[in-house]
Amino acid sequence: MPVTYRDDVKIWQRRAPRTKLAIWVGWLALVALFVFCWEVMTKDTIWAFVWDAPRQAADIGSRMMPPRWSYIDRLWQPLWDTINIATLGTLLAIVMAVPVAFLAARNTTPSTVFIRPVALLIIVSSRSINSLIWALLLVTVIGPGILAGIVAIGLRSIGFIAKLLYEAIEEIEESQVEAITATGATRGQVMIYGIVPQIMPAFAGITVFRWDINIRESTVLGLVGAGGIGLQLQASLNTLAWPQVTVIFIAILATVVLSEWVSAKVRHAII
Amino acid sequence: MSAPATASGARRWRRPPLIGNPFLRYGLYIGAVIYLFLAIGSVEVNWLRVYEGLDRGLRFVGGFLQPDFTSRWSDILRGISESLTMTVTSTVIGILISVPIGIGAARNLVPVPVYLICRSIIAISRSFQEVIIAILFVAMVGFGPLAGFLTLSFATIGFLSKLLAEDIESINPEQAEAIRATGASWLQLVNYAIQPQVMPRLIGLCLYRLDINFRESAVIGIVGAGGIGATLNTAIDRYEYDSAAAILIVIIAIVMAAEYSSSYVRKWVQ
Repeated sequence: MPVTYRDDVKIWQRRAPRTKLAIWVGWLALVALFVFCWEVMTKDTIWAFVWDAPRQAADIGSRMMPPRWSYIDRLWQPLWDTINIATLGTLLAIVMAVPVAFLAARNTTPSTVFIRPVALLIIVSSRSINSLIWALLLVTVIGPGILAGIVAIGLRSIGFIAKLLYEAIEEIEESQVEAITATGATRGQVMIYGIVPQIMPAFAGITVFRWDINIRESTVLGLVGAGGIGLQLQASLNTLAWPQVTVIFIAILATVVLSEWVSAKVRHAII
Repeated sequence: MSAPATASGARRWRRPPLIGNPFLRYGLYIGAVIYLFLAIGSVEVNWLRVYEGLDRGLRFVGGFLQPDFTSRWSDILRGISESLTMTVTSTVIGILISVPIGIGAARNLVPVPVYLICRSIIAISRSFQEVIIAILFVAMVGFGPLAGFLTLSFATIGFLSKLLAEDIESINPEQAEAIRATGASWLQLVNYAIQPQVMPRLIGLCLYRLDINFRESAVIGIVGAGGIGATLNTAIDRYEYDSAAAILIVIIAIVMAAEYSSSYVRKWVQ
């Protein structure tokens, strides 16, 4: 606690002058960075369009109302596809993520020098590319349709599931593993009886959580042609059929709320 | 622990199942099998198209092995600078807006009406994908990074306010009580009792959101909201897989750098 004297009176201050100055300079740098970024970002902005935005918003809003409810009949099939993309994609991800997680966890990996970095690289690259970008690539490779969506969701989810799962594996209690090993169990038996029961609740929780996220993500995959309700959204946007867009938004919102409710229930039941 | 007798009469141990109730267990198994049957049946795959696409897939893998940074370098640079500036500005503005909303959404600090208003703002912001919000903003303010900036700021509000509110609700109430007992005003209460307790985690969350905003900025370009995503979309549309691979490598590198530096800063702050 720095204390200064002024007219022989002790004055307490929270920070020393040097620290104060450093903090002040830090804030100044942050503001400067913000202003600089703002200038760079808006250098090509056409402000006439921006000032027009409230009118545009009101215009779109008025076009979106009332929703064309009859359109919902054509949404059931895409919604079913959307849920399938999320579910099958999550299953695909589990199949690939579980081995990766066991290879990445420090206590189960066969080799910390060679195999663990490879597993970590798989996790990082899967996590840093969004499912929409995966879908964009896969649509050009395997063609538009649900399959591209499933594979995109699967590839994106590997990193998420494997990362959380390998952290769970690293946190297990070693004494149980030791006990199973002491009975003369093989490596596989140690895994099944010593490790799997310990990580099972975490695994189920992670899977359901990711499924919930995947439902959200699969609603927009159709924008790049990978199936699901996004296809209808794209078609309606292209034809400027705003009343249909409203119905689609409501359908997406309902699906997302429902999946969140399901995942909260399941996670509550497990944990 | 179930221990059914075997034929020889010796007791054998079996692992207890994850779901105790047998009806529920087998019901779930049967339901899962039926669902899988229906779901896989409804996936239409044009195998001929997949076979034809394999060639492109190979070219894409080839692009990854030999990425082409040079021929579209100015486009990549432009996209990256748009993405980065969008990330910084939207995170700053998002934080500035979400702190008051987060405080307003903490049940132990504000009256019920304010709480309900702030919670509904959070719910609206959280329920839609960034891409959908981006479509709306592009329709309103036109193509370009400004639409992306608005989208990311809006998405940041839902994320940060919610986590901040939960943090404030789970603070140690004794410190707040002590400050209240000195006769402090509401603002002094927030400043001296709440802020020191939530600050380290808030900084961590802001850095985490900075990370997320960059990743999202790479995506919303696909619908016209500027950034590296637009460049990537163009490259794939032109079948320039080597340039697309270069863009993806740049994205992965920046994401990894951001992740490592933010985890380092978080350790340093906490």
